Amino acid sequence: MFEQFFADPRTVLLGTITGLVFGFLLQKGGVTRYNVIVNQFRFRDFTVLKTMLTAIVVGAVGVYAMLQFGMIKGLSVKSAELAMNAGGGLVFGVGMVLLGYCPGTALAAVGQGSRDAAVGILGALVGAAVYAEAYPWLARVVEPVWKFGKVTFADVTYVSPWWFIAGLAAFAIGLFVVLEKRERRGAVV
Amino acid sequence: MVGFLRRPRWSPYVVGIGIGVLSWATFYFMGKALGTSTSFVGAAGSAVCTIAPEHVAENAYYVKEYGAKGGGFKPIFDWQMALDISLVLGAFLAAVLGRTFRAESVPTLWAERFGPSVGKRYAAAFVGGFILIFGARMAGGCTSGHGISGGLQLAVSSWTFFVSMFVSGVVAAAVLFGFGARGAGKGVSHV
Repeated sequence: MFEQFFADPRTVLLGTITGLVFGFLLQKGGVTRYNVIVNQFRFRDFTVLKTMLTAIVVGAVGVYAMLQFGMIKGLSVKSAELAMNAGGGLVFGVGMVLLGYCPGTALAAVGQGSRDAAVGILGALVGAAVYAEAYPWLARVVEPVWKFGKVTFADVTYVSPWWFIAGLAAFAIGLFVVLEKRERRGAVV
Repeated sequence: MVGFLRRPRWSPYVVGIGIGVLSWATFYFMGKALGTSTSFVGAAGSAVCTIAPEHVAENAYYVKEYGAKGGGFKPIFDWQMALDISLVLGAFLAAVLGRTFRAESVPTLWAERFGPSVGKRYAAAFVGGFILIFGARMAGGCTSGHGISGGLQLAVSSWTFFVSMFVSGVVAAAVLFGFGARGAGKGVSHV
């Protein structure tokens, strides 16, 4: 695995810059805090959902616009293997609540002094090694179930992606308005 | 500008816009989507490789994630590995500038529910981390790769993951912390 350990300097530099900005944003947003993440799942703090939905809508507008104008070659969609995606999601949710961070926010949390996040990362490394051993079985039994490949909702419905983006934006803005109103009243949602 | 960088906390909408724009940059300049969890496989594989290199070379998963077209492996210290490592530094800078850096072993919400034991918290964090990555690799991504990057691309895989992980997390949180307003913890979100 060590034939060529490092990628070219440009790739590593761009990755480093991306990580610096991403880590800075996550920490400023408070989504690197255990309390904030766990309280999202208890509907007591909506910081995580507000951050993610905003990022998704803003990201979607820019990325699909660049695609439309030929500024990027294509998307980078992960394969729909719905039994794996859904099953993995169910497992992930339990881990996220128990640890209180997701993989990216755990790394960022280490930077703000959260020692439990560092312990979680150790567990995650062991989990990755164990997953590699379990993969051949999962690939044979679970992966083929509901496998549709690298598709988007626009692909499978033959509807313009802009309709989905508009719908998502409307949903997000509606949700934000309701949440902000409730939070101003000081109500526990 | 400096005043803004020194603020302890930014609005989630500002941060969300920032992450959205960052994702434009990764697509435009690097042809890549933000993601963090694949590198855990690379790091784990590298560790296993120091003991059992043949085993790693024959494992279908390491080959799937890192196999090069002409045989052998692609570099492990790649774009995402650099990103993952600098996430720590980026958050450190933000915390220092905002004066929110503090060494903490047991988060307050955890302590309210499960007590101040560091050992207990670390055990849960270790097991949680294990489960987290197992789920992420099974699903093919995590909150960033699927949640944000896949979500913004309208990927069927990613929204399936997003919904199932959220439902699972809500149930897990209810089981761990109790239901509704009677549940433990005031829900105070510390900066």
